[in-house]
Amino acid sequence: MPVEAAPCVAIIGAGPAGLRAAAALVAAGLRPVLLDEAPEPGGQIYRRPPPALRPALAPAKLYGPDASRARALHEGFAALAGAVDHRPGTMVWNATNRDAGGFRLMLHHTSGLRSALDCDALILATGAMDRILPMPGWTLPGVWSLGGAQVMLKGQANLIGRRPVFAGSGPLLYLIAGQYAAAGGTPAAVIDAASFGAKLRAIPWLAARPAVMLRGVAMTALLRARGVPLLEGCHADRIEAADDGLRVHWSGARGTGFVTGDAVAIGHGLKPEHLLADILGCDRRYDTGARQWLVHTDAEGRSSQPGLYLAGDMAGIRGGHAAETAGELTALAALADLGRAAPGRPALRRALIRQDLFRKGMERAFPFPSDRVADLPDETIVCRCEGIGAGDLRQAIRLWQPADVNRLKAMTRCGMGRCQGRLCGDIAAGLLASETGRHVADVGSLRGQAPVKPLPAGRAEAATAIVP
Amino acid sequence: MTPAPIILRRALPRVCIIGGGIVGSATAFFLARGGCPVELLERDTVGSRASGVNFGGVRRHGRAVAELPLAIRSRAIWPRLRELIGHDCDFETPGHLKVAQTEAELEPLARWAAIGRAHGLTIDLLDRGQLRRDHPWLTHDLAGGSFCPGDGYANPRLVAPYFARAARAEGAVIREGHPVLAVEDTAGGGFVLHGPLGARHEADVVVNAAGAWGGAIAGQLGLDVPMVSLAPQMFVTEPTTRRIGPVLGMVSGAIYLRQSVRGNVIFGGGRGSVHPDGLRSRPAEDVFERSPALVRALIPALAGVPLIRSWTGIEGNTPDGLPVIGESGGRAGLIHACGFSGHGFEMGPGVGETLRDLILTGDAGLDLSAFSPDRFAVPPAIRSA
Ligand SMILES: Cc1cc2nc3c(=O)[nH]c(=O)nc-3n(C[C@H](O)[C@H](O)[C@H](O)COP(=O)(O)OP(=O)(O)OC[C@H]3O[C@@H](n4cnc5c(N)ncnc54)[C@H](O)[C@@H]3O)c2cc1C
Repeated sequence: MPVEAAPCVAIIGAGPAGLRAAAALVAAGLRPVLLDEAPEPGGQIYRRPPPALRPALAPAKLYGPDASRARALHEGFAALAGAVDHRPGTMVWNATNRDAGGFRLMLHHTSGLRSALDCDALILATGAMDRILPMPGWTLPGVWSLGGAQVMLKGQANLIGRRPVFAGSGPLLYLIAGQYAAAGGTPAAVIDAASFGAKLRAIPWLAARPAVMLRGVAMTALLRARGVPLLEGCHADRIEAADDGLRVHWSGARGTGFVTGDAVAIGHGLKPEHLLADILGCDRRYDTGARQWLVHTDAEGRSSQPGLYLAGDMAGIRGGHAAETAGELTALAALADLGRAAPGRPALRRALIRQDLFRKGMERAFPFPSDRVADLPDETIVCRCEGIGAGDLRQAIRLWQPADVNRLKAMTRCGMGRCQGRLCGDIAAGLLASETGRHVADVGSLRGQAPVKPLPAGRAEAATAIVP
Repeated sequence: MTPAPIILRRALPRVCIIGGGIVGSATAFFLARGGCPVELLERDTVGSRASGVNFGGVRRHGRAVAELPLAIRSRAIWPRLRELIGHDCDFETPGHLKVAQTEAELEPLARWAAIGRAHGLTIDLLDRGQLRRDHPWLTHDLAGGSFCPGDGYANPRLVAPYFARAARAEGAVIREGHPVLAVEDTAGGGFVLHGPLGARHEADVVVNAAGAWGGAIAGQLGLDVPMVSLAPQMFVTEPTTRRIGPVLGMVSGAIYLRQSVRGNVIFGGGRGSVHPDGLRSRPAEDVFERSPALVRALIPALAGVPLIRSWTGIEGNTPDGLPVIGESGGRAGLIHACGFSGHGFEMGPGVGETLRDLILTGDAGLDLSAFSPDRFAVPPAIRSA
């Protein structure tokens, strides 16, 4: 009896969105391919320490109130062993649209092996990374990104310092400061650009998920109880190396001052990891709430490219819980498009709408301080890969009047380094907009190029296309 | 040089240049400086196509003999960029080293060395041992090489924009986002170029500097310049220890490579694909494997250095690999300067100066016959046969 070949669905990213998508596909009788650079599933949020460190880092300590979710995801995925073609340690460094439909993914394994994978449908669950408003001194040794500080803790069971300063904006500041406090650190201060008033005004939206909101309140209360100074409505203006450590100078609602710590973690929210979607030609739109470019999707995660779906933070920053919902919903949408049964979508869509209200609240409570880009001091390094400062960019903008940020990149090298403008692209765009009196949505965004991440030397595998 | 007096200026032809790559921009600059009223019409932004994304090689070494006089003329302009256009465009001259993998490949090197020397260049032929001693960072498997001091590289992203900017300062009109949609040869002896939204540009002289798209422009004017679009593929690595002095090329042409001041290794080799619309190109999957592997074999110390980006650009390639430069027999005032394939960056400034002389004095100062736009035209007798 001829058997119709099962479609190959590939998922990139084994965080909450990717894991839930995989589970939904397995439930429908498929054997998805799950690709992730990391050695173990979990993504950023449920990253696991290496086995040797696990005894020291119980989930409760690592994931706090999310420990049970983390356990459920990890265990749920372990139960799928064999049903998913899980390929850890695999970086997808390029992707192309196949003429016949579907996609070809170029893979690099940590062993050095290279191969290609053809798939009929693709779910991008590539997550997000730190979004940072640069400031003078942010490239000093001892200054970390907030995400980096968390990786250090979850992945290495280590702290970036005993008395780190947490500066920037967003709920992660409090979360990670709290995780550091729980792990034995003494945060020197949390400097949060978001004002208390903004947070109050966001309550109607945040109330869409009261439990999560209350957890946030509890987190701040805990830090307060530990005597950690919480400087709300204050901007970290610059960091300076002093004899007694790193000084973070701040200004804002409480006047001006500085805090000294032995390390600094900065982050002003998150931005989607969207380069593969760009390379595959997905439409994007500027989101005024998030104050950044997002890949356009419909309510179930379909991108503008047929067969290409987005789930989790890469489709918009909604956090780990929503990522699970979106992962499942997106997998069901893919199944429906493949002509398979995909029940239960309306309920998931409703849940996602609620989570989306909460996201809107977060954006109101912790807006990215984009208005400050215009005032970055000239000496601020914007592109740390290439060493390009705000002053260099201003000068090039005056000289060339670039029509868009890609032209600014060509004239200055800003964004040409190893991170491909992930960190500096929107800051450069913000400067270009402010210097030329345009809205940031009108100066474009950097084009992604392969390899999307630095590509080590490889050994090609004999078979280039593997279609399970 | 001071611009020609206004009174003379009127007598000078109105020149319209199609295309703002290095060729069009340099031509605009030299003509405007010579006093011509110049208008440059560029479809995208100045220098955004081949001229802005190429390898940046400024090389006479190994050039086709027919190109050598022009390449040498152009090389003389490169060190004067700061004085001429206000920026040195990161021009550096660490020399160019061509390496032979086999004994058989030494023969063309020696042959070319004689030609280069006859044109006044210094060429050092290196045997296996000398190559190993002078360039210990290269694999020891090479048969030998040839070194041309004075060759080097510049920053392709800056050159055409600075030429265009300087041309504007000399009075040229530079229009970006302004494609030439049609070229009309008027009865009165001049030309009318049609741009977007009904824009009309009248000119006494038209320069077709449309790069890989120059064949299409020529075709509109009834001239058959066969040209295929190729997309050479480039790579750049993370910065690494600075050890590679000269610009490097293989006799086989498989790899060309240099190291930037910041330490990034930039190399080219293989080709990507050109989209059917002829306007876009993208890297090819197999080249991603092949070219970096060749580089690692050539320079073992680069084995662990990751690639951070790859890109392609579109160049126009004629059947004999030489560009099309000069007036087309049938029509005075219609000048082609396109189809430069892999050589146009180095030669661009020289082409600009040469066309200035051709347009202003009628004497190019160089023998351009090898580049004749008419050389591909099929004689009517054969065509009908
Ligand atoms: C990857 C790569 C590496 C290379 N490496 C080197 C090197 O190391 N050394 C070297 O010497 N050369 C090199 N070359 C070749 C060199 O880049 C080209 O020969 C040179 O840039 C050609 O310049 P151009 O001005 O003729 O073409 P282009 O830079 O392509 O400019 C042509 C312009 O015409 C415009 N245009 C086309 N049609 C129209 C129209 N209808 N109306 C208005 N405008 C139009 C285009 O938009 C374009 O800007 C390389 C090329 C590539 C692609």
